Amino acid sequence: MATQTTDAPRDDSGTGVPLVQLKDVGKYYGRITALEGVSLKVEQGEVTCVLGDNGAGKSTLIKIISGRHQHDEGELLVDGKEVRLSSPRASLEHGIATVYQDLAVVPLMPVWRNFFLGSEQTEGIWPIRRLKVSQMRETAKGELHKMGIDLPDIDAPIGSLSGGQRQCVAIARAVYFGARVLILDEPTASLGVKQSGVVLRYVAAAAKSGLGVVFITHNPHHAHMVGDHYVLLNRGRMTLDCKDEDITLDQLTSQMAGGDELETLSHELKR
Amino acid sequence: MTQAPAKTPTAPADERVQRASTLQRMLSRPELGSLVGAIAIYIFFFLAADSFRSTAALSTILYVTSTIGIMAVGVALLMIGGEFDLSAGVAVTTSALTASLFAFQFSANVWVGILVALAMSLAIGFLNGWLVMKTGIPSFLITLGSFLMLQGLNLAVTKLLTGQVASSNISDMDGFALAQAVFASEFTAAGITIRVTVIYWLLFVALATWMLLRTKVGNWIYAVGGDAESARAVGVPVGATKIGLFMGVGFMAWFSGMHLLFRFNTVQSGEGVGNEFIFIIAAVIGGCLLTGGYGTAVGAAIGALIYGMTNQGIVYAGWNPDWVKFFLGVMLLLATVTNLWVRNRASRR
Repeated sequence: MATQTTDAPRDDSGTGVPLVQLKDVGKYYGRITALEGVSLKVEQGEVTCVLGDNGAGKSTLIKIISGRHQHDEGELLVDGKEVRLSSPRASLEHGIATVYQDLAVVPLMPVWRNFFLGSEQTEGIWPIRRLKVSQMRETAKGELHKMGIDLPDIDAPIGSLSGGQRQCVAIARAVYFGARVLILDEPTASLGVKQSGVVLRYVAAAAKSGLGVVFITHNPHHAHMVGDHYVLLNRGRMTLDCKDEDITLDQLTSQMAGGDELETLSHELKR
Repeated sequence: MTQAPAKTPTAPADERVQRASTLQRMLSRPELGSLVGAIAIYIFFFLAADSFRSTAALSTILYVTSTIGIMAVGVALLMIGGEFDLSAGVAVTTSALTASLFAFQFSANVWVGILVALAMSLAIGFLNGWLVMKTGIPSFLITLGSFLMLQGLNLAVTKLLTGQVASSNISDMDGFALAQAVFASEFTAAGITIRVTVIYWLLFVALATWMLLRTKVGNWIYAVGGDAESARAVGVPVGATKIGLFMGVGFMAWFSGMHLLFRFNTVQSGEGVGNEFIFIIAAVIGGCLLTGGYGTAVGAAIGALIYGMTNQGIVYAGWNPDWVKFFLGVMLLLATVTNLWVRNRASRR
């Protein structure tokens, strides 16, 4: 099973400029505050876990980093420079790749076409500019093999793969296309225990090979297995921001489903 | 249909994913079902109607097929891209009328009219696509609107300008002979009279097939039809692709319109209504999914051939032409059921 690619540079964290940094970022949808005062650092070789319940603002946060939405206040820095990511394409150009919950794959299309979708390799000049089909098929097969996914048929529609395999194809695709920052939106949400394990192993391997990983989840158990840094969101605000060594799994779990939340809830219900 | 079980799958990576046998893979080709259907229909009419076997009949069938088939290429690409165009039938008439009326009213060379019609057809396609993308309203409704508008315009503008329901005869105008040679000539090969539309039809099918399977744009067409949101997320220009597909239908409508005009010299302004469904039916019989993301240009060509053979075969057999619609309905139903089965197999998780 895919061990880490050991030849990749292992730059220990803490040094240098963060790959991506958010400073007091806020986002409003009309009168609704989706996100407010969120600060976050994504360092090379680290897994930053963003935890939170449904509606906590996790999706909004990823949409800002991945260029689907723009923030309304605060700063977004990539390599220390302030940027506005106006589209998913702009975000990709900065080396930020997002693996969405729905994986952004087209179920009826073959695995290899999905792998290269949006970044197709072509040859020739315009009127007869064509896809390098055999090369793309070989590359896709090779890259997937590297991650320990041995598909019997690279031409199979991706919809026929299991959930864990599809997740891994999506991650492998992001890594292949030069991602420096990998945003994973609930990668284990719809997977069984064994499949989740496979995906978590890839998450750890990706970080070890030098990528900055943002791991969005509502499962503190999964987060604690791979995380270096935790950010907890609640109703659009940060309620926790700490390093792995400063928190135990129990504390993380109780923070997520803890007393604060219940108090707010009972207060709300009373109104 | 019984078949020997294919050889056992070899060591699957995941116990739930099994290798498809060659036979299974062939069966899941979108155009295979329609090909079997086409062969069956050919044999059926070959046995049922004597005159169906003549070369003259073959020539007519190919001609009818090509007139439907050219439009079916554009419509099939659009359907693979996940959209509909109900205005495709009357858009052909609109294009023919535009060229004819423009050239006649301004006493211009017919080629000026032809170019104006091209611009018009592309503009209609662009507008359809742009409205669909801008509003997010299903293309079924948007193009239903443009269908009614074009149908009305065709009649109203023609009556306004000519006082009749048909455009004036333009056969004595400058440039007509060349335009007729380009869009509506015929030649004889191996004893069969072949209209030039048959050649264009085959050319368009080949081009569309190459584009779908071997170019970036083809990849995008499948992607925007299969899952537009996913496609957008990985950087595919969804809007441009879909608008381009609508304009592709516009281009085909222009081409068909020019053929119509230079074959008959005049255009009946009420023509074309109902043809949009025949184009869609040809695409669906050929294996295009109504929901997009699946299908081929070759399939649409076979769908058009099935229409052509049924349409003419029933005439040659001496039956009431009312049966054409019945046959077409049966084929459509069979094709849809096959498609459903294919889709369930392909996306089984």
